[in-house]
Amino acid sequence: MEDIAEKGLQVVVGLAVFAAIIGLIMLVVDRAPKSGREKVQIAGFLAPALVLLAVGLVFPALQTSYLSLTDRNGDFVGLDNFVWMFTQPEALVTLRNTVIWVVLVPLLASSIGLAYAVFIDRARGEKALKALVFMPMAISFVGAGVIWRFVYAYKGPEQDQIGLFNQILVWFGQEPKQFLLDAPENTLFLIAVMIWIQTGFAMVVLSAAIKGIPTEIVEAARLDGASAWQQFTNVTIPTIRGSLIVVVTTITIGTLKVFDIVRTMTAGQYETSVVANEMYTQAFRAGEPGRGAALALVLFLMVLPVVVYNARLLRKQKEIR
Amino acid sequence: MSTVPLENTKPLLTDAGEDGPPERPALQKRVKQRLTSRTATAAAVIIAVIWTIPTFGLLVSSFRPEDNIKGNGWWNVITDRQFTLENYADVLSPGGSQSPNLLSYFVNSLAIVIPGTIFTLVLGSMAAYMFAWGRFRGKDGLFIFVFALQIVPLQMALIPLLQLFTQVLKFGDFQLLPSGTYAQLWVAHTIFGLPLAIFLLHNFIAEIPGEVIEAARVDGAGHGTIFWRIIIPLATPALASFGIFQFLWLWNDLLVALVFSGGGADVAPITQRLAEIQGSRGGEWQRLTAGAFVSIIVPLAVFFGLQRYFVRGLLAGGLKG
Repeated sequence: MEDIAEKGLQVVVGLAVFAAIIGLIMLVVDRAPKSGREKVQIAGFLAPALVLLAVGLVFPALQTSYLSLTDRNGDFVGLDNFVWMFTQPEALVTLRNTVIWVVLVPLLASSIGLAYAVFIDRARGEKALKALVFMPMAISFVGAGVIWRFVYAYKGPEQDQIGLFNQILVWFGQEPKQFLLDAPENTLFLIAVMIWIQTGFAMVVLSAAIKGIPTEIVEAARLDGASAWQQFTNVTIPTIRGSLIVVVTTITIGTLKVFDIVRTMTAGQYETSVVANEMYTQAFRAGEPGRGAALALVLFLMVLPVVVYNARLLRKQKEIR
Repeated sequence: MSTVPLENTKPLLTDAGEDGPPERPALQKRVKQRLTSRTATAAAVIIAVIWTIPTFGLLVSSFRPEDNIKGNGWWNVITDRQFTLENYADVLSPGGSQSPNLLSYFVNSLAIVIPGTIFTLVLGSMAAYMFAWGRFRGKDGLFIFVFALQIVPLQMALIPLLQLFTQVLKFGDFQLLPSGTYAQLWVAHTIFGLPLAIFLLHNFIAEIPGEVIEAARVDGAGHGTIFWRIIIPLATPALASFGIFQFLWLWNDLLVALVFSGGGADVAPITQRLAEIQGSRGGEWQRLTAGAFVSIIVPLAVFFGLQRYFVRGLLAGGLKG
């Protein structure tokens, strides 16, 4: 109990310090001499956020870029870390896995999410059906890791299975399987977790887009004798194309950065590592900040084109509107 | 190119009634009959069941006695109805150093997330207000730069930021952000949350009618008064949406916690503890199942209680990965 009281005190002190800083800024801003008041006010409002961003994000990002050119002792080694990344077998496995992740997750999560959104559109119980598939979005990756490790749990063939997947294998007369240990397919079972989480996101956004399609268009297509499939490919898909691209790119970015799932389910062992996990392992576990920084930089370079594409698309939509 | 205005994609889960908008019932009904075939509904139900079973199995298991969890699958509860709250008592109680002690970590999560969210909201909305209504040179360029910072994966900042906190911001024995407290996590989370916060809140605050602000100015109100008396009350919906989003994001975080918390019961959040238990005692399912549920109960409550805001935040935050 006193433990909790102490923590509460820490929070209260933290909030009080923060309030004091903000209060001080407001005081200074209000009392500034008339002549330069506007400038002081603007600076007072912007400075806290901008200073934090400069010190905590911009400068560190630049420093990381330099760090990627140094070795574990901080000596400059040129592109050695990148050479390591693209030649060492274990580092190559990491890159290969990341590519598999980034192809499969956006593709499958968006497809299933879209199919589901179409299936339940205006169906009875739509709200509840939506909530069920959307729920994993609220669950942490760590929690999802526990949930799925339990689904994949393994017991020897002579014992009762406690994992659902292995029980299903046994029911079909198969040997139980070490889903998370057997490379290379274990990566696929980790990917399934991410798909499970992201499908809900895709479904909600795409469902909202489908609801935005004017009923008149759908009705017209139907009167022209279009089948359900033709309606889907010729009316639904083209109309929601913008949202579809946003969904795919957003999931792509999230997948590139995926860390928690791999960290908690296999810790990147058994050939399941991905770039974001390897970055953490190298920088904070293996004492190789240079390699970690190089991996972070590669991550940045992979995310960059997707984000730029996404941002340009959003701007284009705004202009049309 | 056909596009979907994203703003239209906002009929939220709770808004989209089961029977569609009431104003065009006849048309709606006919379309509905054509589009929702039995097979589609059946497929949807199958997907919903597959998506729900893993979580359901975990929930059921968390109430089963230890021997049962480890002995056979959770589906055996159909015939063997033994339930207990023992697992929850076990994971929550302080106990010895071996016990999960989750209550302590649960408190940590709250102590990290609440100030982390408040700081981000206050600093973010202050900057957003100036970007929307301040008049100064270079405003647009600076705003685009802040927006672009969303591209930088937080992995890029971790290594230097940790060095900054532990080595640079240290004056003799005095650490500005002491290790072993929440302070480092608050600041780190605030920094990483600011680019998206500023961007989203700016979009909302910029839509506030200019006459309201002009009128206050004419009456002699400074930026401080306008911000607290007019902007904050009017921006409450946006603050709520982003606040919930940020709250969940921080609650579910693992990476930032791993780097900045040190890992003890003093500071580390529940996600980190759960990941630890998974790593060291991955077969202790009676603890993992109950522990996972303790950790996801808050996000689930937020999700089911505030679904509308949650979805709105999600749709608006499409760029965040």
